[in-house]
Amino acid sequence: MNTQSNAVPEPLLESQRIAPAAMTATRPMYWSVRRELWEYRSIYIAPLVSATIFLLGFLISLIHLPGKMRAALALDPGQQHELIEQPYNFAALLIMGTTFIVAVFYCLDTLHGERRDRSILFWKSLPVSDLTTVLAKASIPVVVLPLVTFAITAVTQGIMLLLSTVALLGSGVSVATLWNHLPLSQMLLMLLDHLLGIHGLWYAPIYCWLLLVSAWARRAPFLWAALPLLAIGMVEKIAFNTSYFAAMLQYRFTGGPESAAFKAGSMSMEPLTKVSPVNFLMSPGLWIGFAVAAAFLAAAVRLRRYREPI
Amino acid sequence: MTVIEARGLRKAFGTTIALDGVNLHVEEGRILGLIGPNGAGKSTALNAILGLTQYQGELKVLGRDPWTTRDKLMRDVCFIADVAVLPRWIGVSQALDYVAGVHPRFDRAKAEGLLAKTAIRAASKVRELSKGMVTQLHLALVMAIDAKLLVLDEPTLGLDILYRKQFYDSLLNDYFDRRRTIVVTTHQVEEVQHVLTDLMFINRGRIVLNCNMAEFESRYLEVMVNPEHLAAARAFKPIHERQVFGRSILLFDHLHRNQVSSLGEVRTPSIADVFVAVMGNQTGTAQGAAR
Repeated sequence: MNTQSNAVPEPLLESQRIAPAAMTATRPMYWSVRRELWEYRSIYIAPLVSATIFLLGFLISLIHLPGKMRAALALDPGQQHELIEQPYNFAALLIMGTTFIVAVFYCLDTLHGERRDRSILFWKSLPVSDLTTVLAKASIPVVVLPLVTFAITAVTQGIMLLLSTVALLGSGVSVATLWNHLPLSQMLLMLLDHLLGIHGLWYAPIYCWLLLVSAWARRAPFLWAALPLLAIGMVEKIAFNTSYFAAMLQYRFTGGPESAAFKAGSMSMEPLTKVSPVNFLMSPGLWIGFAVAAAFLAAAVRLRRYREPI
Repeated sequence: MTVIEARGLRKAFGTTIALDGVNLHVEEGRILGLIGPNGAGKSTALNAILGLTQYQGELKVLGRDPWTTRDKLMRDVCFIADVAVLPRWIGVSQALDYVAGVHPRFDRAKAEGLLAKTAIRAASKVRELSKGMVTQLHLALVMAIDAKLLVLDEPTLGLDILYRKQFYDSLLNDYFDRRRTIVVTTHQVEEVQHVLTDLMFINRGRIVLNCNMAEFESRYLEVMVNPEHLAAARAFKPIHERQVFGRSILLFDHLHRNQVSSLGEVRTPSIADVFVAVMGNQTGTAQGAAR
């Protein structure tokens, strides 16, 4: 009892003493992520541009919408559904593709660029550890970009639905068919699941590999990232006439357990063709991926400590 | 309090030895000038102190090992590196936000006050600023941090004379308060002569001179000798001799003022002249040894 009452004020004093220094571990992390968003504005500009271009195209396509809807009424419900859903999935695919490209180039440039312009000396003059910096950089493709993609896609699809409704109302065609075949909230939920699961978690080892190369390469990080993989595949093929490595990469890139679902219905949003989140989270491929990603990240942290400006 | 303590600091890049057993002891409240020719190991020494490079030997900065605890050390240490290292894309207000966000000892109001005295606008980006202004910005950021040690690696390189003068003025007037410690390397030796409290010459990874400025002034003297006294003056074994307008200027080490006062005009030499003399003799002995 006594010891307890004595022990209490001590941490208090300690925290008061370092009061100006009282910084939670999350604060440098938060600011590190923010600074990435300042530096790489393409993180949100590129998908916004994609969405805008798509919407412009979509706006023009609305001329044919009333006719298309009338024709769709003649089809059976399954085909109707596919026809109506198609542009919405296409929008999601386009924005997703854009952010994936942004993620790849971001990862390849970020740790290389700060050495190239010597700004690493400035970042290292501040009390932010290499681990915090690298984790902040990894969080961009794994967390930030999927969320940005989701938000922009959701808004885009909302605008599409709104524009379609207005166009149909203007032409006197019933909007009921359109709305019935577009379970928007369900579609968005599936999208979020896909983005966080595949683009965030499943692709994590890919991004971490790129970050590692970015921290290591003196020049041409893109080549250093791609050519060794090609070389391993080639050597395996020539030496053993097998292509396990290439198959493994393909499995990773196509989304692993979820890839079957996409092949079946060209990115259909049908819940039945989708792997359940529990099964996905239990899949060994995901956890092997995490282990590989963690190893790559640890190496990137270490390299950032050792590497000097180029 | 000891700020920097190094014993037998060594660092080699391949076969090139950048630091060859450097011993360093810097107390609180000193302004140490680290002077040396290009490639002498100045920057390597600073990088080791800042935890930017690995080294052999013992090194403690503010009681910490800089290589393993760089991030913690940087709460108490600031540095401005040889060229402008502020990222070109960053905005002035972003830089303030970021440093305020990650640095527990940053006083944003102070930085803004310092910037208000310059032509730098908060809305500017670093890429729009002149080289002198980028240095001013960096200095404002650093001076607003309540740090114990400030490391400057060629801070005024490439700046015009106005900015250079201003740089050291504001450093002395607005920053240095005798509790802080500054380590500076520079080629513009004449600028720092009156700023320094301690002086260190470094050549080929070794320290060739280490003294405080009071010692420096009592140790070295320069005599402008008239031609008729030249032979007498040379008898005192000057470490360096040069001609200016037909008169000889002889530099002496460890010689009392009274011994030569009759031979000509006696004065304290500039650091630059002593540097040239010491480095010249170094090269001479090295060549002599090689032969």
